[in-house]
Amino acid sequence: MKYLDEYRDGATAREYATQIARLTTRPWAIMEVCGGQTHAIVKFGIDELLPPSITLIHGPGCPVCVTPLEFINKAIEIASRPDTIFCSFGDMLRVPGSATDLLSVKAGGGDVRMVYSPLDAVKLAAQNPSKEVVFFAVGFETTAPATAMAAHQAAERGVKNFSMLVTHVLAPPAMAALLSSPECRVQGFLAAGHVCTVMGCAEYEPMAAKYRVPIVVTGFEPLDLLQGLFMCVRQLEEGRAEVENQYVRVVRPAGNEHARALIRRVFEVVPRKWRGLGEIPASGLRLRNQYEAWDAEKKFGLADHDTPENPACLSGLVLQGRLKPAECPAFGQACSPEHPLGAPMVSSEGACAAYYRYRSHAPAAAPAR
Amino acid sequence: MCLAIPGKITSVSGDDSLARTGKVDFGGIQKEVNLAYVPEAQVGDYVIVHVGFALSRVEESEASAVFEYLRQMDELLELKEASP
Repeated sequence: MKYLDEYRDGATAREYATQIARLTTRPWAIMEVCGGQTHAIVKFGIDELLPPSITLIHGPGCPVCVTPLEFINKAIEIASRPDTIFCSFGDMLRVPGSATDLLSVKAGGGDVRMVYSPLDAVKLAAQNPSKEVVFFAVGFETTAPATAMAAHQAAERGVKNFSMLVTHVLAPPAMAALLSSPECRVQGFLAAGHVCTVMGCAEYEPMAAKYRVPIVVTGFEPLDLLQGLFMCVRQLEEGRAEVENQYVRVVRPAGNEHARALIRRVFEVVPRKWRGLGEIPASGLRLRNQYEAWDAEKKFGLADHDTPENPACLSGLVLQGRLKPAECPAFGQACSPEHPLGAPMVSSEGACAAYYRYRSHAPAAAPAR
Repeated sequence: MCLAIPGKITSVSGDDSLARTGKVDFGGIQKEVNLAYVPEAQVGDYVIVHVGFALSRVEESEASAVFEYLRQMDELLELKEASP
């Protein structure tokens, strides 16, 4: 496929790896922010091409993984109501809540549907006026334009039986939260290219300056990731801390202004709790008051509960880049994609699922059998 | 859901700026895609699509940047290594 196969060329990838090795004089720890990037790195073995002095830390950019348990429980509560059609991206259906998951609600007779786009849910609402149709709006800045359009269309067309459970999160505040932690090992970032497709690159400038950290906006194909790593290592070696754009064929400096305008119109920025990271200021999106008729939390009067995570799941440490998935004692033992303890093992973008799928299943400290 | 692959616009319909849609071909699979956020995109353009929305047009002139950068860096490192 055009714009895909050429960026997976093995010979060019090895050439990039050779050049990175030539450039590197000391150890560096670089975080790729997005779960899609993590997945490509593990799938194509990019980490194994790099010189051993370069450590890749897998970041928190997996929306399924960072959605806190209380929102999963709220989704399950709504999906279990009579006369309700609950719509979600497929990834969310198997994430364990405190007692059950959405797929089990469906198996028990609940009307839970997987949709490709939030507009499909608006359509379903228009076709089923006697039902309440609720869309589980999760994701980073990449899915926010779609959710904003769903709210806008529902409001324009007066679709009153549609609403959304909104848990949108924003990438840059999470990066800043990681950087401000005393345990932070990250020296450079590969920022998520598709987040910047929407939001542009400007919001990274103050972060690069404040924390003296290079930030390279990077794409998702193997050659994109290798070029992003080269650019990041080059900055580190030269003592620079700038924002650079590797993904120039897709990311414009100002992002997508049409999408940003609708996001601003529909959403306001709020503090948000992240699984594994806790509450981060100004890191989430919520529907503005003029859209509250489409806000499922308000419509169904859902209460906030502080819900403890499963203590056997160490996903908090994984999401902060402090533990590799295979170092978790539950990895591949008590926790697998068929029986996940936590979200990173469920999602196609989760670090644990990527390691399970593409690497040895044995946990690092597994006793010999 | 942040994963997205480029697809080629094969048709465009709807003039309303917020309801502009089109068919996008992903290696033989056709999907209906909302084009409201890429008003500049035309039939034949490649776009990056997320959950049914095209968010960016792939810039043809930048498509080989990743290969050009590699060539430049090879030359740069050779210069560096040649002048200690």
